[in-house]
Amino acid sequence: MLARSPHAALRRLFDEVGTVDAVGIEERVAKYGTRSIKKAAKLWGLKLAASMVDLTTLEGKDTPGKVASLCQKALCPHDPELGVPQVAAVCVYPSMVKHARKALGSDTAVRIASVATAFPSGQAPLRTRLAEVKAAVGDGADEIDMVINRGAFLSGEFGVMQDEIRAVVEACGDATLKVILEVSELETYDNIRAASFLAMRVIREGDFIKTSTGKTSLNATLGNNQVMIEAIRDFYLDTGVSIAMKPAGGIRTAKQALTFLVAIKETLGDAWLNNARYRFGASALLNDLIRQMQKEKTGAYQAPYYFSEATESY
Amino acid sequence: MPTLPAKKTSARLSRPAPELIFGDLWEFDPAPETADPKLKARYDLFINGQFVAPKSGKYFDSINPANEQKLAEIAQASAADVDAAYLAAKAAYDQVWGKLPGRERAKYLFRIARLLQDRAREFAVAETLDGGKPIKESRDFDVPMAAAHFFYHAGWADKLDYVAPGRRVAPLGVVGQVIPWNFPLLMLAWKLAPALAMGNTVVLKPAETTSITCLKLAEILQDAGLPPGVVNFVTGAGDVGAAVMNHPIPAKIAFTGSTEVGKIIMRSLAGTDKKMTLELGGKAANIVFDDAPLNQAVEGIVNGIFFNQGHVCCAGSRLLVHEPVAEQVLTKLKNRIKVLRVGDPLDKNTDIGAINSKEQLGKIASLVASGVKEGAELFQPACRLPTKGFYFRPTIFSGVSMSHRIAREEIFGPVLSILTFRTVDEAIEKANNTAYGLSAGVWTDKGSRILKMSTELKAGVVWANTYNKFDPTSPFGGYKESGFGREGGRQGLLDYCKLV
Repeated sequence: MLARSPHAALRRLFDEVGTVDAVGIEERVAKYGTRSIKKAAKLWGLKLAASMVDLTTLEGKDTPGKVASLCQKALCPHDPELGVPQVAAVCVYPSMVKHARKALGSDTAVRIASVATAFPSGQAPLRTRLAEVKAAVGDGADEIDMVINRGAFLSGEFGVMQDEIRAVVEACGDATLKVILEVSELETYDNIRAASFLAMRVIREGDFIKTSTGKTSLNATLGNNQVMIEAIRDFYLDTGVSIAMKPAGGIRTAKQALTFLVAIKETLGDAWLNNARYRFGASALLNDLIRQMQKEKTGAYQAPYYFSEATESY
Repeated sequence: MPTLPAKKTSARLSRPAPELIFGDLWEFDPAPETADPKLKARYDLFINGQFVAPKSGKYFDSINPANEQKLAEIAQASAADVDAAYLAAKAAYDQVWGKLPGRERAKYLFRIARLLQDRAREFAVAETLDGGKPIKESRDFDVPMAAAHFFYHAGWADKLDYVAPGRRVAPLGVVGQVIPWNFPLLMLAWKLAPALAMGNTVVLKPAETTSITCLKLAEILQDAGLPPGVVNFVTGAGDVGAAVMNHPIPAKIAFTGSTEVGKIIMRSLAGTDKKMTLELGGKAANIVFDDAPLNQAVEGIVNGIFFNQGHVCCAGSRLLVHEPVAEQVLTKLKNRIKVLRVGDPLDKNTDIGAINSKEQLGKIASLVASGVKEGAELFQPACRLPTKGFYFRPTIFSGVSMSHRIAREEIFGPVLSILTFRTVDEAIEKANNTAYGLSAGVWTDKGSRILKMSTELKAGVVWANTYNKFDPTSPFGGYKESGFGREGGRQGLLDYCKLV
């Protein structure tokens, strides 16, 4: 008779997908930070990172006006002469999707991502969460960022967690899905790897797994990014299905972003070095990327107030 | 710039076998370390606190293995120079160092450690130029670890009453030391620091191909005001080493190098009352069980064999993999070594630098050829190598059996031999089936298995779920033909004293 406790369920899952050694993973990611990215390689990396940004505003005080200015920033991040690419997407609450669509228009490469499913806790009845997803898609969202049922995962009810994700996939229709694991609530690297596999098995090629909501104390780190991209790699080599990745929250500087990209280059390879396969959920990051690009061009750093929509105080 | 695909592909059918692409989409620009190594054109012997010309008047060239260019001229010592060095060391021991209280000796060691830290970048560049190891290793490992050994032993110098509980310790007198070319500065620190902390004086010979950081350290010894004769450096090839080993003055001989030379030393010292520490070759087994965290195990395997181009006596050169995961581990390893960057050791992004010498490169190539000939399956990534200098691609052999030469002989290069096993007992049997016994690695999620393995494996160091971890507080040394005696920790100190 197999044990039925949540612990036993997790144990069986770990046996199946493998475990993670915390010390080992942190040693691995420490090496990414020692890569020295200079000159043309730096500029290329900065531009790539800018093209991967999901420019985000997720605040209770968001208004159509705030979202419109965010959309303008997404379309034209800086003086076109500098060659800063448009960001991949704007990321807003469902109620702001129609305002974002209005600001961006329909003929744009910038996509609209909307958090849904009772973000950030996910603590609402499933039918409410599905209705929210459908509403956001109906209002023009191209991408849906959902949160997993962490409670179900931690109590070993993986079937519940996966069924909910399946239901959201269906509700998405053609919209891309990003599954937020909320890594800080999963707590261990073992859990993050296991949850990544559970999610990847029920989403579609090109859908994302995403670290966090940005609403808890610990967000994207190189360590949990590494655990997730290794899971994506192992899943890809096993099934041939490529899943995309989005670290979110806590990536504020260009230097950090480049280090995350080095991790991608050395773990998943060139096929993931584009914004269909990798995104940054961030807002302050974009201006630091632009500032570094400017510095590469002029040799001098500019004050924050030279860049529009700066979120830092000055 | 990559953009979003217009439409998502949904077809999962009829696709080729999935492969990762590690191409040149994002090439890194060169990122050379630019600190000035402050090399002199010519280095003399360091005897009695002074740089002195060799009595023969001869010098030999030290070259940079990364581009085969000459770096400096190094003095060619003769037996007469070695004799002068020993006389200076004897006088320094009798008159100054042997009488100095431990707390005073400690001050010199602390000073040496701090001066080395002050000049860390300069020393790192010099070490990389001279030996070919990647700058990130000399910067992040060799130089800081060398300083750490001086700090650690400085801390011991005034506490020697407690090193052997219930006993008193006394220095041995003069010790003769010969060190290898794989960690020139670090081995120097491993040997010098405990000897000096205990109150001994030293005559040391660095390896012929890597004498520069040793002689640069002599400058630091001068700056630290170390009394003349306490440390003496003589440079040259094997004949100088033999003179250092066979001289009548030293009370102890410490050697790190090949088992072959270690045997010669043991023969020549038989019948004398000299103490000996030998740290020789290795053919370590790195054992991966099916319950191990495989991605991190792969990282540890790579660190175990490709660290310092595999020029590591405790390198995990034999990988023993549990059969159920053997194929998976091999795939992961191949993907991992595809992203190793081989090239200019001074580039901060280089993972694998230059092979130390042409001779060593030839030895590696011939052993790899024997592996191919004996039927093992070779894998090397298609990385570009510089046209000048001594380089070797990271190499993996799968399908290796215990009777292959590449499973038995120490290659001392970036070459990994993969064997498989089915049971714990078979793993232990295979791991111990070697003339060596310096180190081993165990990868498993099961704690009790780690304890069992560490008891059963005949190796001086057993790493669990990690590899190539060093610390001044931890003793290091071998079993069987990997030598005897320990370096580091309390045990290392005890090899530099007599109990009274």
